[in-house]
Amino acid sequence: MDKPATPNSFRTGPDEQGMFGIFGGRFVAETLMPLILDLERHWNEVKNDPDFKAELQNLSTHYAGRPSKLYFAEGLTRHLREVSSAKGLGGGAKVYFKREDLNHTGSHKINNCLGQILLAKRMGKKRIIAETGAGQHGVASATVAARFGFPCVVYMGATDVARQSPNVFRMKLLGAEVRPVTAGHGTLKDAMNEALRDWVTNVEDTYYLIGTAAGPHPYPELVRDFQSVIGSEARAQILEQEGRLPDTIIACVGGGSNAIGMFHPFLDDRQVRIIGIEAGGRGLDGIEHCASMNAGAPGVLHGNRTYLLQNADGQIMDGHSISAGLDYPGVGPEHSWLRDSGRVEYVPILDDEALEAFQLTTRVEGIIPALESAHAIAHAVKIVPAMDKDQIVIVNLSGRGDKDVHTVASMLGMEI
Amino acid sequence: MTTRIDRRMAKLKAEGRPALVTYFMSGDPDYDTALSIMKALPKAGADIIEMGMPFSDPMADGPAIQAAGLRALKGGQTLVKTLKMAADFRTGDNETPIVLMGYYNPIYIYGVDRFLKDAIASGIDGLIVVDLPPEMDEELCIPALKAGINFIRLATPTTDDKRLPKVLQNTSGFVYYVSMTGITGSALADTGKVAAAVKRIKGHTDLPVCVGFGVKTAEQARTIGANADGVVVGTAIVNAVANVLGPKGEKTADPAEAVATLVSGLSQGVRSARLAAAE
Repeated sequence: MDKPATPNSFRTGPDEQGMFGIFGGRFVAETLMPLILDLERHWNEVKNDPDFKAELQNLSTHYAGRPSKLYFAEGLTRHLREVSSAKGLGGGAKVYFKREDLNHTGSHKINNCLGQILLAKRMGKKRIIAETGAGQHGVASATVAARFGFPCVVYMGATDVARQSPNVFRMKLLGAEVRPVTAGHGTLKDAMNEALRDWVTNVEDTYYLIGTAAGPHPYPELVRDFQSVIGSEARAQILEQEGRLPDTIIACVGGGSNAIGMFHPFLDDRQVRIIGIEAGGRGLDGIEHCASMNAGAPGVLHGNRTYLLQNADGQIMDGHSISAGLDYPGVGPEHSWLRDSGRVEYVPILDDEALEAFQLTTRVEGIIPALESAHAIAHAVKIVPAMDKDQIVIVNLSGRGDKDVHTVASMLGMEI
Repeated sequence: MTTRIDRRMAKLKAEGRPALVTYFMSGDPDYDTALSIMKALPKAGADIIEMGMPFSDPMADGPAIQAAGLRALKGGQTLVKTLKMAADFRTGDNETPIVLMGYYNPIYIYGVDRFLKDAIASGIDGLIVVDLPPEMDEELCIPALKAGINFIRLATPTTDDKRLPKVLQNTSGFVYYVSMTGITGSALADTGKVAAAVKRIKGHTDLPVCVGFGVKTAEQARTIGANADGVVVGTAIVNAVANVLGPKGEKTADPAEAVATLVSGLSQGVRSARLAAAE
């Protein structure tokens, strides 16, 4: 088969069937089909509605704290230039962080939650359900549910409940009910199954607030559009601060919502190299990783076709990552399409590399990044020393790492 | 072309009674036991067999069928073995229709063309694939129809009159009406509402309408069967297997016998259903 011709634009997807090439689609039970068609109708209404945009803009500014800053990471840049010199290269690009960690609730997740809660309100829904891995999306969902007066149930894998206890407590404080899911490995995939089971049961009044740019159409599109504020701001900010586009942008990919939000506005800037970072876990040789695009194959799960970790019989594998937010055996369908079309490179970063980047950033920048975001930083640490000094790299710092201090302490053999 | 399903449904219509459609999980708890359960089904009065294809992430299933699927996968079941089991069953029974039920990914990974070829060779008559709505018909439904396999669609309480024609368009064999919004194994919905829904669907199609999700007892089978062309029982059968498995999965009694006892009772229920309708 010939490789598909390079499209005129990488930003026009999905098509009317919700497909990005062969990826995406609407692989759901009939019970849910009328609901996602109804969601699509409402989404098409609001996406160009100036009132909806104004309401979201107002909340983004005054409630979430947008725009988030584009910060020149001088400490990390200096450190990586020293590394470059020590290697005799004498280079080291300038590193910028897009500070999504400074948003209300501590990550990019609030961007999507504000958009979707306004949609739920317009649709007349009475109850919110969500799935969460690291708890960042659960916290953001519980937050907007509290703000808009919705009851909220968050499904969270039992393993994740244990390793993200601060976020579990935050959700409870915010009035959400956290339901631990023990099926499978008790991680994000299992939480998503359980949320879908809730939705198929409570079709009349419930809005499913999906946290990542995956699931049946129109979710991948609408989550991307709500998250694209990240890349749109970053693009304008770098033009203002540096007078030109960056050479490389980097973001971590679990389901891939922060990454698609960062990447999408840059997709047609062909001179910008775009790199998505998958969780390499303990290495791609075994099964303890979540690098679905590097080590998986296309398949159908959770309403869409995308790259998945699976065995030869089409059974989904559980995967592993030090970071709960990346611990998912699939990825949003648009990433799968961007991978196959060659526009975006996807590379794995190991648990240990992420942990090192986490500590390094904390030390040289005074910023504690989320373990998810530390994967993206770790890749910058790898490539920046070999780049020229006049080059620019933007890393999406998708969330703050306070939630991870227990995990990191135990990895480092410390007690807190 | 007529299939085993068409012939069986016509025969039951002539007899004036609804079909008993029985679901079991292939490979639960192991290949040989599951095959013995499958063989016991028609002998106990099942008219159509639904063979569950285990999947790691059964989003539309309740705890009982989730657990059965995991037991089967742990026992080494694969789609290859499920097709082999159907072929083994066919050596002793060339009449009872077999419908495969499950999720799309294992079929997609097997390869649609290869799957349809092997399914026909194994004596499969129909497919129910939960996560393939009519919007995705090009994936498997159309190729299956071309290959001569019935594609049985689920209609649900959320499928309104406007949408029903789309759902029914490429459906063949029978229509599976899901009695309530929810996962398999939940409590049975209001039977009056179910009867009204069956009537509504029959206004749109000449296909037989079978009702499932929540039917567990002979009495329920009798009540539902009064108005439907068939009654589907799944979770109760899967539970009958689970009930004779010990904490480590060891058999405490013969699962095939436990299933046969249950199915005999259900069979009495459907066989007296039209009496219930006349009462």
